[in-house]
Amino acid sequence: MQKAKAIELDVAVVDGVELKGSWNRMFEPRAISEYDLSVLEEITAIPGAESLGYCYQCGKCTGVCPVDTVGDYSPRKIFRRTQLGISLIDSPDLWLCTTCRNCLRVCPKEVNMIDIMPAVREQAVLEGKAPEELLTAFENTARYGNPIGESPRKRVEWTKSAGVPIPIMSQKKAPVDVLWFVECYPSYHPRGKQASAALARIFDALHIDFGILGNEEKCAGDSQRMAGEHGLFEMLAEHNIKMLSKYSFNQIVVTDPHAYNAFLHEYPKYGGEWPVQHYTQYLSEHLGDIQFTREIPYRVTFHDPCYLGRHNGEYEAPRRLLNALPGMELVEMGHCRETSYCCGGGGGGMWLDSFTRDYASERLSERRVREAVEYEAEILAVTCPYEVPRFEDAVKSTGNAGKLAVMDIAELLAYSMGLVDSLAMAN
Amino acid sequence: MRIAVLMKSVPDLVEDIALDEDSGQVLFDEMTYVPSEWDDQALEEALLIKEESGAEVTAVTVDTGDSDNILFTALAKGADHAVKLVGDYDPSLTNRRRAQIFADYLRDQAFDLVLSGVQAIDDIDGQVPGLVAGIMGWPHASVVTEVHSKDKGVVLRQEYAGGLVAEIEASTPLVIGIQAARKPPRYASIAKVRQVAKTQQIEEVEAESPDVPTLAVRRFYKPVASGHAEMIDGDVEEVASRIIEILQERNLLRR
Repeated sequence: MQKAKAIELDVAVVDGVELKGSWNRMFEPRAISEYDLSVLEEITAIPGAESLGYCYQCGKCTGVCPVDTVGDYSPRKIFRRTQLGISLIDSPDLWLCTTCRNCLRVCPKEVNMIDIMPAVREQAVLEGKAPEELLTAFENTARYGNPIGESPRKRVEWTKSAGVPIPIMSQKKAPVDVLWFVECYPSYHPRGKQASAALARIFDALHIDFGILGNEEKCAGDSQRMAGEHGLFEMLAEHNIKMLSKYSFNQIVVTDPHAYNAFLHEYPKYGGEWPVQHYTQYLSEHLGDIQFTREIPYRVTFHDPCYLGRHNGEYEAPRRLLNALPGMELVEMGHCRETSYCCGGGGGGMWLDSFTRDYASERLSERRVREAVEYEAEILAVTCPYEVPRFEDAVKSTGNAGKLAVMDIAELLAYSMGLVDSLAMAN
Repeated sequence: MRIAVLMKSVPDLVEDIALDEDSGQVLFDEMTYVPSEWDDQALEEALLIKEESGAEVTAVTVDTGDSDNILFTALAKGADHAVKLVGDYDPSLTNRRRAQIFADYLRDQAFDLVLSGVQAIDDIDGQVPGLVAGIMGWPHASVVTEVHSKDKGVVLRQEYAGGLVAEIEASTPLVIGIQAARKPPRYASIAKVRQVAKTQQIEEVEAESPDVPTLAVRRFYKPVASGHAEMIDGDVEEVASRIIEILQERNLLRR
C-alpha cells in the first residue's frame, strides 16, 4: 500500500493565476491512497459521477444540506462512506438526496450531486436496487404519462371546473401566443387543480391568448430523470416535443419549476427549443395589467422552490407578485432565496416518502412548516406543484392545523383580483 | 429446462370500462390495455428459476394488437426469446380461444414447463393455465407461489385456504398457474426496453383461429349491494370523519 504524501506543488498555475504552496491544494486531488479506493473508483467511473472524487471533506455541504438536519446524510458523508468501501449503489443514502442544489452552491470543489445522483441512481435502477415505491412512480409515468397513475384520458378534466374557457390546441387549430404546459399535479391533484383553475382565470382576465396540450401532454419528466430513469425522461421529452411541434406559439409558460428546468436545459438537447418562462416570471411582466380589488390582510411567507431559485436563479418574480398584493405583509424566513430549505419533493423525493421515513426524524416539509410557524406566518405561499400537498400534509402532521394555510401564488393573485370567491384560510 | 411464459394484456381499470348500455357488450376497442399483473408474476418466477438453476425462458403472447411492448419488456427483463402468435385476433379474444391457440403452439414445442398467471381480471377470471393444461392433457398446478427445478422435475409451493401451504414434487411437462413470484417482479428500465426493441427480434408464428366452445352472455349488470356494507356518502370532510369514527369504534387506531 502506498503511503500518503503531501502533494502541494511549489507553484501551480490555475486559470493563469500563480498559486503557491498549500493554496494549490484547492485545485489538486488530495493523496488518499492509504485507503482501498476500489469502491470509490467504481462510483466515480460512472459517467456523471466523477466529481464525487473531488471531495476534500471540508463539510460545507453538511452545514447546508436539508437532509442532514433531519438525518445522517450529506454529500461529504457520502464521499467518506464510499471512500471507506460502502457502495453508494447499495446504500439508502442514494435515495435521500432531493437534488436541492444547496451543497453545490457552497462546495469549493464543485462536487456536483445534480450530476452524481441521476448517474448513480440509473445504475442502481439497472441493477434492480431502487425502492419499490419509486419504481411504481416510474411505471405509472411510462404507462399513463403521470407518476400518480391517473387516467391519461382525464388529464384535461380539471378544465371543466375552471369556470373559464381553456383552449386545447388540438381543437383550437390556430396559433396562440402562450402555450401553457400544465404538468401532472396541477392536472390531477385536488389542490393542484384549484391552483390551475386560479391561473386559468388570471390568464383569461388578462386576455392572454393561450392554449394547452390537454391529453396530448405528458409529464415533463425532469424529476424522473433526477431519480435515475433517464430512458423514461427521453421517451417523455420526445413525446412532448413531438406534440408541441405540431402547433404554433410564441412561448411556453409552465406551472412547474421542474418542467421549467427541463424546458430550459434538457429539451433543447432533443430538439425542443422554445422560449420558456415560469408563470410567476410571465405574470410579473404583466403586473401593470393586473387590477387588484381585494386585500389579503395576512402575514405571508414564501418558500423558494429549489428548481426555480437555486437551480435557475429566479428569486424576484414570485416576490414581485407577492409584494403587489394589497394588504399583505411579506415576511422572509431565515432560509430564503439562495439558502431556501427544500420541501423534500425534488429528485424523486415526491415518490419516496415511505422509504425516507426510516432514515429521517421528520419530513423536510415538516421542518419547513415549523419554520414558517416560527415566523408567525398565516399563509405559506408556494409556487411549485409539489409543495401545496406536501406542506398541507406537514401542517397537519406537525399539529399546526388551523395556524397556517398553504397557497399557490396563483390562488392568492386570483383572490386578490376578485376571480375566486374565497381564500381557503387555515381556520 | 425450457420454460414458456404465457402472457396477455387485460383492460386497464384506470379507465372506465366501456360498455354499450343497450346491448350489454363491452366495447373492447374503446378501452386501453395493460399487461396482466399475474402474468408478470409468472415471468418473474420463470426468470428466478433461470437465475437459480439455468433455464431458457420464452415469453409467448397471442397478438391482439398491442403485444410488442409486453414482449420487449420481457426480453429486457431477461427472457431469452419472445414469440407472438399472429392471426386475425383483437382484444375481444376469449380466454377459451386464447388457451386453444396457446395449446396448439405449445404442442409442437419441447417446453418442460409452462407458467402463466393463475388468474386475470378479464373474462371469467382468466383461467388460461388450467384451460391450456386441460387441452394438452398435461398435469396442472394452480395458485403456486414458488417453483424450483429439481432432478428431472420441479418442487413447487401451492397455497390452500386457511393459510395452508403444500410443497409438491411434480414431473415435467407441467402447466403452472402462478399466484405470486418469490420476489416482486423486477423493473425493466425504459432505456433497456427501447434498446431491446431496436436490437432483438420478436418471433412471429402464424396461428389459425381454432373452433372452440363459446359462452353466451345473457345480461350484464352491476352487483347488487347487500346489507353488509356501509357506503359512506358526503364530501371529503364528512367521509374522512366517518372513517375515523369507524376506526375508533373498532379500536383500530394506535395512539
